[in-house]
Amino acid sequence: MSRYNLTYKPFGESAILIEWPSKIDESIIQDIIHFEKLVAKNQKVADTIIAYNSLTVLYKHDYFYSRHYKYRKSFERTVEKLKELYVKEKEEVKRKQKTWLVPVSYDLEFGLDLEEIAKEKKLSVEEVIQRHSKPSYLIYFLGFQPGFLYLGGLDKQIHMPRRANPRIRVEKGSVGIGGEQTGVYPQDSAGGWNLIGKCPIDFFDISKPQPCFASAGDRIQFESVNLKTFYQISEAVKMGEYQVKFRWL
Amino acid sequence: MMKVIHPGIYCSVQDKGRIGFAKKSVPQGGYMDSHSAELANILLKNKKNSAVLEITFGQGKFEFTSDTIISLMGGDFSAKLNTFPIQTNMVYDVKKGDVLSFGRRVYGARVYLAVQGGIQSKRILKSKSFLPGITQQRLGKGDVLKIYPVKPYLDRGFSKVRLFIEHYSEPNLECFPGPEFDQLNPKQKKRLLEAFTISEDNNRVGYRLNEPIENDLKPILTSAVLPGTVQLTPSGKLIVLMRDCQVTGGYPRVLQLSDYAISRLSQKVSGDEILFEIN
Repeated sequence: MSRYNLTYKPFGESAILIEWPSKIDESIIQDIIHFEKLVAKNQKVADTIIAYNSLTVLYKHDYFYSRHYKYRKSFERTVEKLKELYVKEKEEVKRKQKTWLVPVSYDLEFGLDLEEIAKEKKLSVEEVIQRHSKPSYLIYFLGFQPGFLYLGGLDKQIHMPRRANPRIRVEKGSVGIGGEQTGVYPQDSAGGWNLIGKCPIDFFDISKPQPCFASAGDRIQFESVNLKTFYQISEAVKMGEYQVKFRWL
Repeated sequence: MMKVIHPGIYCSVQDKGRIGFAKKSVPQGGYMDSHSAELANILLKNKKNSAVLEITFGQGKFEFTSDTIISLMGGDFSAKLNTFPIQTNMVYDVKKGDVLSFGRRVYGARVYLAVQGGIQSKRILKSKSFLPGITQQRLGKGDVLKIYPVKPYLDRGFSKVRLFIEHYSEPNLECFPGPEFDQLNPKQKKRLLEAFTISEDNNRVGYRLNEPIENDLKPILTSAVLPGTVQLTPSGKLIVLMRDCQVTGGYPRVLQLSDYAISRLSQKVSGDEILFEIN
């Protein structure tokens, strides 16, 4: 794994922002995800936030700025420890990442903008679907809404600018394309992405101890299913009888 | 039990929030004014972060259907127990059938009602805090909240904490340079430390400020934001993110409020002046 020149900045009273070079890049995000696991394992961490080129570590009881001297911890010393961990990282390479097989109905009932994309890109609707369901997308991180996945790897041929007039209501599970990104709306919301299909599964389920099955570093493979299968899966999800399938990476 | 006769303008159950789910993109949430909410609990000898009721902009009417002990902390909204005016920073006995009501605002934006033992509503993802998308958004008429049967409470009458009137009166907000602070030029930095006013657009997610500042910063690659992060938007206007904010954002983060400053800001209302003070 490549080594990057990282910068460390204090972020408020009890968090540290670690930054990688500012670009969207698979090997950068893999390095971040890996480092996050190491930090969470070795330090007293309350929470971590992963993004394209950064890892934010929220500490439990360490206040870099506290007026109460007894809680005060040196920012520099904490950074030194992080640096040591980062260098050591190579020794503990252990990752279990999955490719999640996510069913999608690309039926025109849900793919409200499929025909428009096809027309714009001079492709058939079938070709748009094929180009969308072919790649396995890397999950860079989760953000925006609970259970929303930032996916990388959308085919350039089907990049499509966001709609000029966002829809007031996009249904949970809708699959969309917004610029260079593709993704699934984890809950009903307003939205400006071009809709191409719908997933019958939950991306965020509060009844589970881990409310979202997917993690940064996993991959998503969309699998085209017909309407009948869509409703069968949908029913099974409602009954709590559906397990999202996966392959080990 | 406690019954909502009228929820007032905006009323929700809050504790410290959801810590540990940021990787699944779950906002922290939690009581806006953690300073006051925790004091309300301390007065009752509750655990510091027990669930309390956050009553925003007053009004609202609640009936107790069992005996308990309560305290109020935060803004003054002319609270009454039945017909008797009651104050914040005091401990009160409440009997079955008593009605607690809030009226006209005197100062502050939020008041916290703590009950002995904390409110016993459902924990979802390790927290009782209301958060749209995870729980109901707010309390509604007829909602019922569980509370514990009353327990003996010693040293009655003398429990009081020292209140800081500055919590409501002072515009100063303690903060630190944000990750993109150094990208600002000297003129922008200077302006950032002069007064701003709070716009009408302020809620649990964020407070927008009225005065724009010159902005030539590029957007950043989506990165972490925290409660208390001050974002500089393309229009030059600032947003101070509050407890229910998302976990990531794409605007430059110019300042970061201290946790106490978030509490102080959450007692301010639109039109109030604020002053960022870099620690």
